[in-house]
Amino acid sequence: MGAASLIVLIIAAIAFSGIAILISKFVLKPTTNKQKGEPYECGIPTQGKTWIQLNVGYYLFALIFLIFDVELVFLYPWAVVAKSAGWIALIEIVIFFFILFMGFLYAHKKGALKWM
Amino acid sequence: MWSFSNISDNIHDWLSANFNATWTLIIEMVIAGTLVIGLFAMLGLILVIMERKVSAWMQIRLGPNRVGPKGMLQSMADTIKLMVKEGMTPNGADKIMFNLAPFVAMIVAMLLLAPIAFAENFQLWDLNIGVLYITAVSSIMVISILMAGWASNNKYSLLGAMRSGAQIVSYELSAGLSILAIIVLTGSLQVSEIIESQRNGWWLFKGHIPAIIAFVIFIIAVTAETNRAPFDLAEAESELTAGFHTEYSGMKFALFFLAEYVNVFIVCGLGATIFLGGWMPLHIGNWTGFNNAMDYIPSSLWFFGKTFFLIFVIMWFRWSFPRLRIDQLLNLEWKYLLPISMVNLLLVTLMAIMGWHF
Repeated sequence: MGAASLIVLIIAAIAFSGIAILISKFVLKPTTNKQKGEPYECGIPTQGKTWIQLNVGYYLFALIFLIFDVELVFLYPWAVVAKSAGWIALIEIVIFFFILFMGFLYAHKKGALKWM
Repeated sequence: MWSFSNISDNIHDWLSANFNATWTLIIEMVIAGTLVIGLFAMLGLILVIMERKVSAWMQIRLGPNRVGPKGMLQSMADTIKLMVKEGMTPNGADKIMFNLAPFVAMIVAMLLLAPIAFAENFQLWDLNIGVLYITAVSSIMVISILMAGWASNNKYSLLGAMRSGAQIVSYELSAGLSILAIIVLTGSLQVSEIIESQRNGWWLFKGHIPAIIAFVIFIIAVTAETNRAPFDLAEAESELTAGFHTEYSGMKFALFFLAEYVNVFIVCGLGATIFLGGWMPLHIGNWTGFNNAMDYIPSSLWFFGKTFFLIFVIMWFRWSFPRLRIDQLLNLEWKYLLPISMVNLLLVTLMAIMGWHF
């Protein structure tokens, strides 16, 4: 069906979720009370702000991920031609992985892969 | 033969005989949309009941057995219950983001269906970078989770979303590398060509040990990517209530739930396509009689059988392994799976160049 299928899928997803939410809006009778809209934290009132600063570890992993993800995108076209290119493909990928692995070791040495 | 591709061809011929090109396309789009929505709803219902029945079976109990024959209509009843629940927005929440997040999750789950080959020649869009498309689109999923967690104004949600973000992006790498191992052997990213290359045997068997390593890594990585136990840190019930969807209720919660199950189906479908030959029947060497017998089983049954087998394996994991801690989880990926899959990719390349595979 071609690229038109993407439009179909997006419309189908929006229609499906929209109709499901609309039906539930029509069916139920909403009630209100003072405590209903409070965040659910196991019955204990929320302390302080919610949008707090988080452990830097998450961001470090995100940064390393970025490097490796770009590498992965480079590997896709390589993988398609690897078999037909023969030995040169293997030699190139060994060099590529060697440089990448050096970076990985550096990140490891700096403690970026250690939690906390 | 009575097959999906014949039916779709017949419909296409009939439509183009009776309408002009534009109307044919529009009617086909409507039919495709309806089918996809139907598939979505069916998948949700089936996978939820399957999950509960499998867990019951693993724990030697009965599971749901009241609604319908052997409790098979339980998920239908659950859907109706969720429909009459109020999908409320908490007071402090970022209202637009909070309500948009389930839509994003659904759109991503739906878009992933496009290149999946459900049966022989039965596929919405056989684009030439099908596998890359799936890996690219499935990583948008993390945005919907972060949106939901951030907008909820709840610390549990925020923590769950952050964990989930770190986890999904990490495991994407080894999933991608293990897929690449097979792409090296096939030399194509097109789903139909990958399946066609497995006509004389599935890659899991043809690729010797590297393919098996890649398959194991793939299954572990997709289990983590879809936030399933033992990697369900994002919604660890015992510590974070429900993780990123703590504040969601009613139909909005149901949409997240459905998107999650459809994602499980899609990654298992991708695994079945790449490693287990998609809709290709099981053929063994030159056992002609056996091969002919296997050919009689329709291709759609093969695809769904393999996919549901992989889903069963993932459900099996849930009851076999305890939940990991976040640092253990990241260690597993960065210190074990990623180096192993990189070395494995080199091995596969060597194998492909030397022609050691069948």
